[in-house]
Amino acid sequence: MKTKVLMAILAVVIAGLIAVPWIASYFYVFIFTEILILGLFAASFNLIFGYTGMLSFGHAAFFGIGSYATALVLIHLEWPFLACLLVSMGASALLALVIGFLSVRLNEVYFAMLTLAFGMMVFAIAYQWRSVTNGSDGLAGFTLGSFGLGLDLTLANPSVYYHVVLAIVAIASVVLYVICRSSFGMILKAIRQNPERVSFAGLNVRTYRLVAFVIAGTFAGLAGGLIAPFLRVASPELLHWSMSAEPILMAILGGTGFFLGPFIGSAAFVLLETWITTYTESWMLVLGIILAMMVIFFRKGLLGTAIDWWMEVKK
Amino acid sequence: MSNPVLTISNLTKRFGGVTAVSDINLEVMPKETIAIIGPNGAGKTTFYNMVSGRMRPTEGKIILDGMDITGLPPHKISRLGVSRSFQINNIFPEMTVQENVEVVLSAYHGHSRKLFNIASRNAAIQQEAVEFLKRLGIDSLKAQRAEVISYGDKRLLEIAMVLATQPKLVLLDEPTAGMTPDETRRTTRLIKKLADSGDYTFMITEHDMDVVFNLADRILVMHRGEKLFAGTPEEVKNHPEVRVAYLGEEEDESVEEAKT
Repeated sequence: MKTKVLMAILAVVIAGLIAVPWIASYFYVFIFTEILILGLFAASFNLIFGYTGMLSFGHAAFFGIGSYATALVLIHLEWPFLACLLVSMGASALLALVIGFLSVRLNEVYFAMLTLAFGMMVFAIAYQWRSVTNGSDGLAGFTLGSFGLGLDLTLANPSVYYHVVLAIVAIASVVLYVICRSSFGMILKAIRQNPERVSFAGLNVRTYRLVAFVIAGTFAGLAGGLIAPFLRVASPELLHWSMSAEPILMAILGGTGFFLGPFIGSAAFVLLETWITTYTESWMLVLGIILAMMVIFFRKGLLGTAIDWWMEVKK
Repeated sequence: MSNPVLTISNLTKRFGGVTAVSDINLEVMPKETIAIIGPNGAGKTTFYNMVSGRMRPTEGKIILDGMDITGLPPHKISRLGVSRSFQINNIFPEMTVQENVEVVLSAYHGHSRKLFNIASRNAAIQQEAVEFLKRLGIDSLKAQRAEVISYGDKRLLEIAMVLATQPKLVLLDEPTAGMTPDETRRTTRLIKKLADSGDYTFMITEHDMDVVFNLADRILVMHRGEKLFAGTPEEVKNHPEVRVAYLGEEEDESVEEAKT
């Protein structure tokens, strides 16, 4: 019964998302493109944060590297978009393997600091390696060609691009969801609750943390590959440590204990930012107040609180 | 005569100038239950920490089934067949009772490396998890969140998790600590039944002498990190030095406890 209602709600939401370009203005097509991409970014982060219990402050490194990879391939090789995304995922997976290998051995605040440090290093490289990254201006002026797979899509059309993003984010989310619900995912949850008990069950906790870190980085890279053509630029801001804070805020806002929490968080974040900035410039102040309220009163996030409330009402 | 499951020789652990465990030698034979007793600070937990890999010994060797496991990390020692419980509850609080056992079983059977299965649909693992819960008499709690069950049931859940890796050697660290007298009796009976089944080799530390004399085939008495005496429960009961050093005070305590 409960699952049926939830499935029905999910179906309506997906149908609504598919229909956005037909029922809403271009403005909201852009808004929802951003929500989906940042939602995937936040969901990938939540695999290591909400599930495995690792608070990384350097997740933007993988998002940013993904955006640069797609931009570079489009500029220099003009490959189909799908191939660009695969390169983005490969590049971020490789980077996550290196950063993860050096970071997952540490716990809690040391892990957080180390990921922050690596994130800043990647930012510094992108900022200063002008011949490749074009420094502070970032890489712009690339155009999307074909999509790949012989599909004839006009990616320059925002509505078409939105649907492509929706499809890719949906597929990636299903894959991430299956990983979260797998035996491997169960071990990740166990590691968050009691890492020592997991090692006494015969598993090398460090290896599992590293694999989770690489998976999360790979999906963040995919999100980065999607954002570059959307923004029409791959700039150092995407790698900046403040960008690493966004998935943390989104995951907490939506609810870290639920797979869809980060997507809800992303939607709340982007929509609130859009609406509030039309009234006042102090968007950050409002966001700060909202976040403080969430952490103090609704620790399960928007989605978690809503589900709790619904369960109560059902009784 | 079969070979010992565990051979410990000259095991020593020093923390700076303090010697927590000093020159312990011990052989554990298959299917026997050996108890390690001694007052607080005698070095029992340090001893356990070395055997299970939580601490690296300063000196000495630990041989499991002919294999040197001295100083290996916990997950490797667990893989090789030593499974331990802890003095404090060491479970996954936000999971159900059954999922707690499933985690250990997934690790043991290598399912933990599967990224694309749906864990909750693995019927074989679920069935096996329920089997272990039944063996500890807590299968009726399987759908409860582990953090809400009673203290005594949590300790039994922990034993179920310890047994789930089919260990060659089971280390129980004060399995009845903090339990009510009723829970203690129930737990002692359960461990006795498991030991009598001949499937397990147990090493137990315990403060409650009734529990020790009820379960142990042999007892190692530790005092200030050293071996004071080792022998059968009868020999330990009658050993003058042991009585003075340890049993005297403890027995009074347990008498008082029994009265309350």
